[in-house]
Amino acid sequence: MTPAGIAVILGWCVFFSLFAIAGGLFLLGVDRKLAAHMQARIGPPIRQPFIDVAKLLQKENVVPANAISSIFHAAPVIALASSIVILFYLPVGSILPVLGMYGDLVLVMYLLTVPALAMVAGGFASGSPYATVGAQREMVTMIAYEFPLAIVVIGVAWRIGAAGLASPFALATIAATPIWTVVGPIGFIGAFILLLVLAVVTPAELSRIPFDTQEAETELAGGLLVEYSGKNLAMFYLAQGVKTLVLAAVIVAIFFPWNLSGFLAMPPWLAIPADLLFFLVKAIIVLFFAVTLVRVGMARFRITQVVSIYWRSLSVIGLFGLILLMADAALPALVGVGL
Amino acid sequence: MAPDEKKAPYTVQIGPVHPALKEPVMFTFEMEGEQVKAVDFAPGQTHRGIEWMGMRRNPVQIVHLTDRICGICGVVHTLSFSLAVEQIAEIQVPERADYIRSILHEFERIQSHLLWAGVAAHELGFDSLLHLTWRVREQAMDVIENLTGNRVNYGIVQVGGVRRDIAPEQHPAIEQCLSAYEGLLEKLLNLFLDDRTIAMRCRDCGILTRKDAIELCTVGPTARASGVNVDLRQDYPYAAYGDLDVRAILPEQHMGETHGDVFDRIVVRLLEVGQSCQIIRQCLSEMPAGPITAEEKLAKLLLICKKAQGEAIGRVEAPRGECLHYVRMDGKESPTAWKVKASSYSNLMSWIPMLIGEQIADIPIIVASIDPCLSCTDRVAVVREGQRSILTKEYLHRLSVEKTRRLQR
Repeated sequence: MTPAGIAVILGWCVFFSLFAIAGGLFLLGVDRKLAAHMQARIGPPIRQPFIDVAKLLQKENVVPANAISSIFHAAPVIALASSIVILFYLPVGSILPVLGMYGDLVLVMYLLTVPALAMVAGGFASGSPYATVGAQREMVTMIAYEFPLAIVVIGVAWRIGAAGLASPFALATIAATPIWTVVGPIGFIGAFILLLVLAVVTPAELSRIPFDTQEAETELAGGLLVEYSGKNLAMFYLAQGVKTLVLAAVIVAIFFPWNLSGFLAMPPWLAIPADLLFFLVKAIIVLFFAVTLVRVGMARFRITQVVSIYWRSLSVIGLFGLILLMADAALPALVGVGL
Repeated sequence: MAPDEKKAPYTVQIGPVHPALKEPVMFTFEMEGEQVKAVDFAPGQTHRGIEWMGMRRNPVQIVHLTDRICGICGVVHTLSFSLAVEQIAEIQVPERADYIRSILHEFERIQSHLLWAGVAAHELGFDSLLHLTWRVREQAMDVIENLTGNRVNYGIVQVGGVRRDIAPEQHPAIEQCLSAYEGLLEKLLNLFLDDRTIAMRCRDCGILTRKDAIELCTVGPTARASGVNVDLRQDYPYAAYGDLDVRAILPEQHMGETHGDVFDRIVVRLLEVGQSCQIIRQCLSEMPAGPITAEEKLAKLLLICKKAQGEAIGRVEAPRGECLHYVRMDGKESPTAWKVKASSYSNLMSWIPMLIGEQIADIPIIVASIDPCLSCTDRVAVVREGQRSILTKEYLHRLSVEKTRRLQR
């Protein structure tokens, strides 16, 4: 690669890091505002998360006496960095994945666990029983939602592959060929079921009610994050925002990859910002249904209930969707053989 | 720890200050994984010495001090203290005053139960329901303010009667609030009882068996949810309750069975809101005319109290269960003895059978399910040279034996 090519990629990476942080905090603010309105409250202004982070950055960084200081400090950095990195592999608006040639959807799936693992490490390193319990719960939750998540990823990519496209796991391919355009009626239902499964996995990925057992304010007083303060807490908060944006980007990339510039003719200088805005609108809509609406309408589950929901109900539903997709791909072939 | 045990039990301390606790109390849990193996708790974190203050005041002043024992049960404490003093001084409370006392008592129950329902929803992580119930609760607060002039610390009950009458033009406001609640109750029952997540979290969680409930002397909704048929308003009627038809609310009336779990405690409290509406309505229609206090002139009332000699117990069915005030007067201006037993005092011990074997996730809702009011309960805190200590049963027994010996000499 030429130095100029590297510079371009680096430039995009810096742009996306800033976009991830600003966009993530904006999405958190929108989520809080929407939830407040649904609860008949006024709620904080949308810029509140920015104010919170600015305030936290000025605050003292307290480290508990019995914490493992190195891991305790490393965890928030790793969490934030790894969440930002995921965005480099995802298409955002009409911008193709910056590092698309180095990784595909399977890598994204693996990367999604890194922030959670960093939080687990930070929790165990805090030396507080609340954080320890929270870390244990985070691990159990992670194990619980990984399987349904894998079903969705494999299901969609396999169907696109079965449609005869090359490199079906590459996000550029998935974004260029929306799953809805390759499937027949049965596959449409299957893809819709997988979309629902991914929507149910989202609150657990983001530790939101009803799957926020690892932070459970009324039980564990913040759980994993109980000992964090100041800059470290701010970084976890930023990571939370970026993760929210990333999850929305994953759902948008797999299921709603359309762009405004695809429908309306516009000059290239306008297409990128217009598509970015359109992407944010799609992200807000996706998060409204997957996170905000769910968290105002439900109580928190116990950790045992979380596991049984993901392993039993959601896996079965996901597998059913997967079978529908397979049937959709196989049926025309079978009919063809019969003829 | 035995070496063959795989999981090491560890200790989790919750309190004295923790988001799950609305008032300070110190829990020490012995955990195994997510399961509670043993639990101990230490109240006495908010002792304020109210009784000590009361012993230096006269009964007319103490009534307003009792108003401040609890932020919610203003009528309960003022009423039970007044009942005790009225018995000692043989003051006949006018009938109309009894009815007004009952009306306010029931409004207090409505707002207390709704407040609790909101807290319970919050403990479950269901904040939408918290905001809904607390918004609904405001209507009761508005009526209370309309009737007494205050949202909290009502200052309405006094020895011998009440300080404000309910005028006919206030009836429409009360009526409007009651019919709003009767309409809402169905919706609230629906929201709490038909919600899948609430049922998943509360059914068969924090069970208190009927036997345990009786043996631990639990009172109020906590006891009733375990199927114990106790309600002072039905068993030992005071104020206007003798004329009213009050029956203890038990979970089997609504659900057909009694589990004695957190869910049943929600059922009992919500149904009691409806019951209170009916009681208020009946009070309003049957309220006789007449004076609202036995003695209007405070100086004369003080004189009556000053002459009084004897001891009495005033018992009241608070929203959390039986609350009692023991008063002893020896013909002096201030009482010789005044003892407050808030309802939570009887209910705290029921935490232990409820909590053992449950999960960490259920601790907040189980702790909240008895609606603990700790600042009302804390009557004693032993602090010597900055060190807290615990008085054991043996120590107290030895003290009482020594005193008896001294008196026998």
